[in-house]
Amino acid sequence: MDADIALILLQDGVVNGAIYALLALSLVLVFAVTRVILIPQGEIVAYGALTYAALDEGRLPGSVWLLGALGAGAFLAGLLAERRVLSPGGVSRLAAETLAIPALVAATALLLAPRKPGVAVDALLTLAIVTPMAPYLYRLAFQPLAEASVLTLLIVSIGVHLVLLGLGLVFFGPEGYRAPGFSDTRFELGSLLIPGQAVWIVGCTLALIAALYLFFEHTLAGKALRATAVNRLGARLVGIATALSGRIAFLLAGLIGTLSGILIAPLTTVYYDSGFLIGLKGFVAAIIGGLVSYPVAALAAVLVGCVESLSSFYASAFKEVIVFTVIIPVLLWRSLRSTAEEE
Amino acid sequence: MRFAIMLLTAAILATAGTARAQVKIGVTISTTGPAASLGVPQRNSIALMPSTVGGQTVEYRVLDDAGDSTKAVANARKLIDEGVDALIGSSTTPASLAMIDVAAEKQVPMIALAASSRLIEPMDAQRRWVFKTPQNDSLMADAIAAHMERAGVKTVGFIGFNDAYGDGWLAEATRAFAAHGIKLVATERYARADTSVTGQVLKLVAARPDAVLIAGAGTPAALPQKALHERGYAGKYYQTHGVANADFLRVGGRDVEGTVLPAGPILVAAQLPDSNPIKPVALDYVRRYEAANGAGSVATFGAHAMDAGILLQTAIPVALRSAKPGTPEFHAALRQALESSEELVLTHGVSNMTPQDHNGFDGRARVMVTIEGGAWKLLP
Repeated sequence: MDADIALILLQDGVVNGAIYALLALSLVLVFAVTRVILIPQGEIVAYGALTYAALDEGRLPGSVWLLGALGAGAFLAGLLAERRVLSPGGVSRLAAETLAIPALVAATALLLAPRKPGVAVDALLTLAIVTPMAPYLYRLAFQPLAEASVLTLLIVSIGVHLVLLGLGLVFFGPEGYRAPGFSDTRFELGSLLIPGQAVWIVGCTLALIAALYLFFEHTLAGKALRATAVNRLGARLVGIATALSGRIAFLLAGLIGTLSGILIAPLTTVYYDSGFLIGLKGFVAAIIGGLVSYPVAALAAVLVGCVESLSSFYASAFKEVIVFTVIIPVLLWRSLRSTAEEE
Repeated sequence: MRFAIMLLTAAILATAGTARAQVKIGVTISTTGPAASLGVPQRNSIALMPSTVGGQTVEYRVLDDAGDSTKAVANARKLIDEGVDALIGSSTTPASLAMIDVAAEKQVPMIALAASSRLIEPMDAQRRWVFKTPQNDSLMADAIAAHMERAGVKTVGFIGFNDAYGDGWLAEATRAFAAHGIKLVATERYARADTSVTGQVLKLVAARPDAVLIAGAGTPAALPQKALHERGYAGKYYQTHGVANADFLRVGGRDVEGTVLPAGPILVAAQLPDSNPIKPVALDYVRRYEAANGAGSVATFGAHAMDAGILLQTAIPVALRSAKPGTPEFHAALRQALESSEELVLTHGVSNMTPQDHNGFDGRARVMVTIEGGAWKLLP
């Protein structure tokens, strides 16, 4: 291997690693606030990519109807959960949140989809269609169990993953799709040929990391989320609505997941079941960060990307084995270092 | 609640009464999971099969195994317990291989829709009960190697799926290349769900082969070809018949123009010469499938299920002469009848089964095809 090949492989690793970093960040975020290990995050990525690809072809994506169904489900779950304290104001707020938004998004999609409005509008529309699914899922599946153990939440999470996987097949079909990138330009840097899409991916990841930092450090909602993450009960005692924190965490995770989907759709062919493996690699990175540290998780994600690209060069038949083996020494080291802690 | 259960039971009994069939065919295919792009057109093809054969009503029971071997075996047992006279399935090689034990144990003929020749070779006491409609990999690999030799290819690079499909092809291609004096200079593997094959492609390009053979199925097979184009590889591209559906053309776009691959003649049915006996059978299937599922929806994978149906429609009347459906004698007679099909025209070729060959296809079951202007074109 010469220096040129090493550079190309590293570039490839960093680009893939940036996507894993986005997923790792959202997994850490959701786990810190709600203690849910968000396995369905991979499906959100696949939904984002497939919705974007469908809009690009000028078709109305099936996820629009899924959004409506999830919204209606969240509405009913909300009514049921708050049946004792319902007020007209509360019901109308709930209806606006869970029924009006999907209706509005569906109407916009119906209007715009056949006209092929271009990549920027497609991307925004995709964000509007897929992102709200995450907080609806939280309301439907996780909020009623918010006080349950991590294991129970994990089991529910796997259940949600399987349901979304099946729905993905129904709404998008078994075949894969590919979408055009945000830019076709290429930059030459020495012997490296850097595609515009790679710049977009790394740029988006860096911008999102900066935005998350500002959000958690300088906004009230961000601080409330951090407080919930540190101590749920304490946060409630000082007047932070923990259910709302959970929904915000899921909203952010949905946003990041959808954006990751839009970013990878031009790189590879995405299937209804592609998300799981991508999410799993983000999960490896999140685990290396101990499911608490954002910077460690982000760096670990880039490492996972580079290990993946190097092993695909040296031993392509064992690529996944090598990538997932990385987690074993980390787990050993972590379990030796930390003292056992019961919840 | 109790009332609801009673209603449900009554409803089930009522439907069971009306649908009592003479001949039962059990189908287990992968309509969900990673092989769904094979299973879905196969399920749609089952729906096109006739409900009466030889004066007897035929009932089709279709179950989904999600491409999972354990599920396929469970489905096969369930179907046989329900008294089916023949099994069709499954869509993938691993799942079909696992079903062989069940079919042989219960002595029910089984027609697999998966490609690997390991399903029917070497012929033994178990595989007596197993038939297979897709062409053997070896037939296709020989066609590729012969085409390469004629095109003056001396060295070739291989990139294939990291699973049974890629393994099977690597073995067959290695044998075929050696027979035609072609040197295999690089062997790389990748996974269906990979987002990048940069590492593998760099190695392939560095080996400077005259041609690259990509052994993948469906749209994921477009990924290495796109990556090779990106790295400026200028040699010839070969794909396998696993990519022969419209979605591959859609995803591959301009990057797959000029690719050469072997395929069942149904892929280019309209371009076949009128003298070809397969042409009317294949065109009839395409017309009926597209009438039911929309224009341009037909896939060669679904035609394998149709071929299994045609085999059964030919064998059932023969078996009916000697035994009654639902009996072990009928199963044995059906197996015997399937095995003795002669010059039977299917959508994918002309089948001549023998006790040793439970596929029965010859050179007429494959054509060489290239991609031109975003469509399949028959090569002379």
